[in-house]
Amino acid sequence: MVRFPGSNCDLDAVTAVRTLKGMSADLVWHEDAIAGYDAVVVPGGFSFGDYLRAGAIAARSPALERIGRLADRGVPILGICNGFQILIEAGLLPGALLRNASLRFVCKWTAVRVENESTSFTRGMKKGQVLHLPIAHNEGRYYSPDEGLHELKTGGRVVFRYCDDGGNPVASSNPTGTLENIAGICNRAGNVVGLMPHPERATEPILSPSGSSDGALIFSSLLRSD
Amino acid sequence: MRLHVPGPRVFSVKVVISNTEGASDPEGDVIYNNLVSKSGFRQVRAIRSGKFLRVEVQARDAESAKSLVTRMCDELRIYNPAAHSISVEV
Repeated sequence: MVRFPGSNCDLDAVTAVRTLKGMSADLVWHEDAIAGYDAVVVPGGFSFGDYLRAGAIAARSPALERIGRLADRGVPILGICNGFQILIEAGLLPGALLRNASLRFVCKWTAVRVENESTSFTRGMKKGQVLHLPIAHNEGRYYSPDEGLHELKTGGRVVFRYCDDGGNPVASSNPTGTLENIAGICNRAGNVVGLMPHPERATEPILSPSGSSDGALIFSSLLRSD
Repeated sequence: MRLHVPGPRVFSVKVVISNTEGASDPEGDVIYNNLVSKSGFRQVRAIRSGKFLRVEVQARDAESAKSLVTRMCDELRIYNPAAHSISVEV
């Protein structure tokens, strides 16, 4: 779990992972070496105050050079919320995360549909499965020029879409005006995944109004090798 | 005869980062739709918002100052080319 100045979901994410059977996690300062880990999580928050643009400054930190090399070697990398913004700004994932269409910070529970069940963080899920996860962000409107969007879609790289409880990605279930209800994407190899919802806030039923612990599935999918 | 060779000077370079047309600009739209278009300024047809940076840079001349700042914006990804365009002016 990589921590930047301004990260604020790092402890939640470490706790979420540590409570899962067979998993452990450490916090690593962004200037320190990242060695001996099976996966890296870039947690949410407001790294470097979101100055310039959310994720833009953290993307130039030593951690992202190291994470880039690990990503090339196939190590699973997960970016959550601000972590997703950082992975995009570092060029590990394509496109941009722009200010929400409402110009408001949106904090609510959402339903997301699994579009690709073969990434490092969705193994063991079923395509079309609906997860209940909360969002809390101001810049989560995914955008990509047409050719980039086409590449994502044809390559099966849209991983999560906001949907209604029935699994339909309708406009009314789109909380931020994000392009085609996109909530998460992955790289070509499927080992780098970024998503705006916070799985670490939904790993225990007591944390969720619907009793969901769906967030745990995202972390525990790392334990599956199929 | 001695030639006068001007030394480096400090130039103020202005960078404006704004969303591309395709990325839409809800802030510019709100300013236009909810303020400007409701006022008497009917000649105003649209507004785009952006982020402004003033960069003080030491350079030989204005052209090199502009070129250095443009390179800085590209190399440090001061803007995200997937969604933004920049204008750089001395």
